[in-house]
Amino acid sequence: MNLRPRLIAALAIFVGMALVPPVAAALGDPFLTVIASRMLVFAIAALSLDLILGYGAMVSFGHAAYVGVGAYAVAIGARFGVTDLLAQMALGALMSAAFALVTGAISLRTRGVYFIMITLAFAQMAFFFFVSQSSLGGDDGVALTARSTLLSTDVLESDIAFFYTILAVLVLCYGGLYRLTNARFGRVLTGTRENPLRMQAIGYRPFPYQLTAYVIAACIASVAGVLLANQTEYVSPAYMAWSRSGELIVMLVLGGIGTLTGAMAGALITVGLEHTFAAWSEHWRLGFGLLLVLVVLFSPDGITGLLKRLGVGPRHD
Amino acid sequence: MFNLFVLQLLNGAQFGILLFLVAAGLTLVFGIMDFINLAHGVLYMVGAYLMAMLSALTGSFWGGLLLALPATLVFGLVLEFLVFRRLYDRSHLDQVLATFGLVMILSEGVKIIWGAAPLSVSMPDVLSGSIPLLGPLRYPVYRLAVIAAGLASAVGLWALINHTRAGMLLRAGASNRAMVSALGVDISRLFMLVFAFGAMLAGFAGAIVAPILSVDPGMGESILILTFVVIVIGGVGSIRGAFLAALLVGVVDTVGRTFGPILLRMVMEPAAAAQLGRTLAPMLVYLLMAAVLFYSPTGLFGRKAAR
Amino acid sequence: MTRNLTLAAALMLTAAAPALAQDTTLKIGVLVTLSGPPAVLGEHARDGALLAVEELGMVGGLKTEVFVVDAEGKPDVAAQKARELVERDDVDFVVGPIFSNVLNAIAGPITEEAFLVSPNAGPSSFAGEGCNPNLFVVSYQNDQMPTVLAEQMNKDGVGSAFILAPNYQAGKDSLNGFKTVFKGDVASELYVPLGQLDYSAELAQIAAMQPEAVYAFLPGGMGVNFVKQYEQAGLKTIPLLTAFTVDETTLPAEQDAAVGMLSGTNWAPDLDNAANTAFVSSFEAAYGYVPALYAAGGYDAIKLIDSAVKATGGDLADKDALRSALMAADFTSVRGKFSFSANHFPVQDFYLAKAIKREDGKYATSIVETVFSNYADAYVDQCKM
Repeated sequence: MNLRPRLIAALAIFVGMALVPPVAAALGDPFLTVIASRMLVFAIAALSLDLILGYGAMVSFGHAAYVGVGAYAVAIGARFGVTDLLAQMALGALMSAAFALVTGAISLRTRGVYFIMITLAFAQMAFFFFVSQSSLGGDDGVALTARSTLLSTDVLESDIAFFYTILAVLVLCYGGLYRLTNARFGRVLTGTRENPLRMQAIGYRPFPYQLTAYVIAACIASVAGVLLANQTEYVSPAYMAWSRSGELIVMLVLGGIGTLTGAMAGALITVGLEHTFAAWSEHWRLGFGLLLVLVVLFSPDGITGLLKRLGVGPRHD
Repeated sequence: MFNLFVLQLLNGAQFGILLFLVAAGLTLVFGIMDFINLAHGVLYMVGAYLMAMLSALTGSFWGGLLLALPATLVFGLVLEFLVFRRLYDRSHLDQVLATFGLVMILSEGVKIIWGAAPLSVSMPDVLSGSIPLLGPLRYPVYRLAVIAAGLASAVGLWALINHTRAGMLLRAGASNRAMVSALGVDISRLFMLVFAFGAMLAGFAGAIVAPILSVDPGMGESILILTFVVIVIGGVGSIRGAFLAALLVGVVDTVGRTFGPILLRMVMEPAAAAQLGRTLAPMLVYLLMAAVLFYSPTGLFGRKAAR
Repeated sequence: MTRNLTLAAALMLTAAAPALAQDTTLKIGVLVTLSGPPAVLGEHARDGALLAVEELGMVGGLKTEVFVVDAEGKPDVAAQKARELVERDDVDFVVGPIFSNVLNAIAGPITEEAFLVSPNAGPSSFAGEGCNPNLFVVSYQNDQMPTVLAEQMNKDGVGSAFILAPNYQAGKDSLNGFKTVFKGDVASELYVPLGQLDYSAELAQIAAMQPEAVYAFLPGGMGVNFVKQYEQAGLKTIPLLTAFTVDETTLPAEQDAAVGMLSGTNWAPDLDNAANTAFVSSFEAAYGYVPALYAAGGYDAIKLIDSAVKATGGDLADKDALRSALMAADFTSVRGKFSFSANHFPVQDFYLAKAIKREDGKYATSIVETVFSNYADAYVDQCKM
């Protein structure tokens, strides 16, 4: 399988997104950059979910919890004077890793739909935990007074600088996951997805690999959460609601699972469509729902599959 | 204190019974067709809305209920014909995506047709009011009727599955779909019937709950997750498991909310107990599920070979 | 919906007419929750605001463009949409929101560049030290409504009360406000999860405790369920006094179960003044349902904006002049007497209201008596603006 076309597609996404701020300025609509920031944040979250769901076949229905934990790392950090973006990312990743290590180890005892539901259960627990923390605003969440600092500067207050920061993080995450999935680690993971028995027969115990992937995915999701909190300048338990986990899965399936490029494309398309539909009508959910059903019924591999069949998408076989 | 406990047990049982009616259809669809249907909660909502509309049209609760049941059955058949039958052979993820889309369509559609304001269904006179129960405590007759109706449905379902030919095929289909199909049973018709029947049960739950709860566009979502919790605790595909798990979830949730803080107050100071109680109460059900899955990864009555 | 569209079309026509003398366009965002279970509250506020825009034609004597946006009841989503309103649509005023948690999230982004006029939410966090020069609350401060009921219970000599509210900012404000005024014992104080539908567990506790009265703050669908189940549990012998639980958004579903129940309010459809009578009759004619206080809040918000823009002669750039003009509150409120305290929260009368079934078969609240006159909130002294 030749992977180069996918790399090119990913590169096209990065370059295309990098052009958004100048284009927005030229169109006199700087708000496009803000929408694009949100797309990129969700692209990072979708990438992380793809590692476990696409490559590891672990369908987590609670991935938004880690996004939420990252967001709360910003609120908690700011409260204790930790305002640096990188420090907050480290804090978020640490909190997520701890949570993922414990819940992942328990969840991986189960398979299939039971895995889906147990990950949901843990996410709901995290949700209700933060709902009950009145010092962090409880159900309401807390507004952030300012964005995080970057290396002691407040450069992130500029929407454009913030946009390119998110883009840089996305490129780094993509690069890291690309190497990871093409290394032995990734092959064990996909091998387990295809045939767990065979992997065991050739001497691999899948559990440590799966758990590691689960923890890595959680850390990356929390990085997305740190950025999401900064993007909205608001932290709320709503970030970890089950419907948000569902939306992440929708992004993946829409883009086509098991390819990093597809995950990113799915996130960009979903957030973009939500925005477009919402601008049209108050009843946009009707149209969006219809689109989801039609995509599944008529295009089994998501939008990338559709593009492929139309002959415009990345061809990799 | 004892009186309160009995009252909360009844409340828990009533809530559990309701969950069972919704969960029964979902666990069958899930167990037999291996189909994840996120839109099942919406069927419950549609049942409630049809009940609100039809009881207003006929001017009577009973008339509304009598018409709402076949209406939800037909609604289930139409959905099955339009969407679901095309999804049986697809991956779980495709099913999640499509049914997630259906949830959006139906919730928004209901809002367009009936508006966002909550609707109400009035109670039949026979079942309104409350009866005395243990000292000053009273219990609404209607809630007792819900418990009775739910139990009757459970018994009916049990008889249907264990003592009829259709039930036999269902049980066979649940354990080995390919074999049933090879024996010449029209599996697609069986699926269609199971699906529509499940839709009707969920619709029935929505219809009988309408006089207690307001009928609003968000009601399907709030029950969906709890329903999934129930069928996973009970073991996918097991009606018996769903019944026990539903009662368990209903009682744990209701009793825990009241007595959790009281118990905590015995071991810690009141302010901290109240805070911790508020934290733990909504988590109880999920803690229960995680604990059950920890000890028995396929639920209480799940098949060990479950996918 | 069609109504909305025709209005939008009419607005576009006005915008397109070249003969108009004024070149500036007044842009108003309406950011309220229009989806999910509490959507009906937002619809009332939106319809009230749109009715005022339609009646005025040109708000503040300027071409008017209205952007109706759904806050979805989610603070983070609302914050994003608030930024879009001020940064992309360049609105001058935003009318909204309904919920206090949404206000916490949108106040920052909006007041940086525009004025925020709240038709309903009035959390304590913005009334005291956190008061904001560009935020005007035309409704009330959240603590005030429960004090009306507490005062009423004091008058009736109630010795013990059971109080409950949802577990979020406005709920906590509500119970705290109640406790500052209520002189009897609080038998039990209960917080339920926001959006809870089945109150059987709470009702069982009330039944077991037998308090002399119950105070509840359960807006929207929560109130419908609570009131219906309260009656079904045979508890109507214990007086239930509520805020935002029995009003025109919930009465169509509560119906006879709520008739006779008392609530605290700053407005009711039968409040006796000319502006109000005209408002209620044209609202019912336009939308076919009885307006609730959220609709009155939306209507007053637009009227306030209209008065301020007119006072500055249509100069939208002079924020200081606009602010003083808003502060003057020189408009005819459907509540009769109306003025702002130093913290931009209103000074007004509060009433005890009762749910009734009108002669035309529709349900509404009706003023029983005045509980407080010229009532300002308790936080105004902490506000340094």
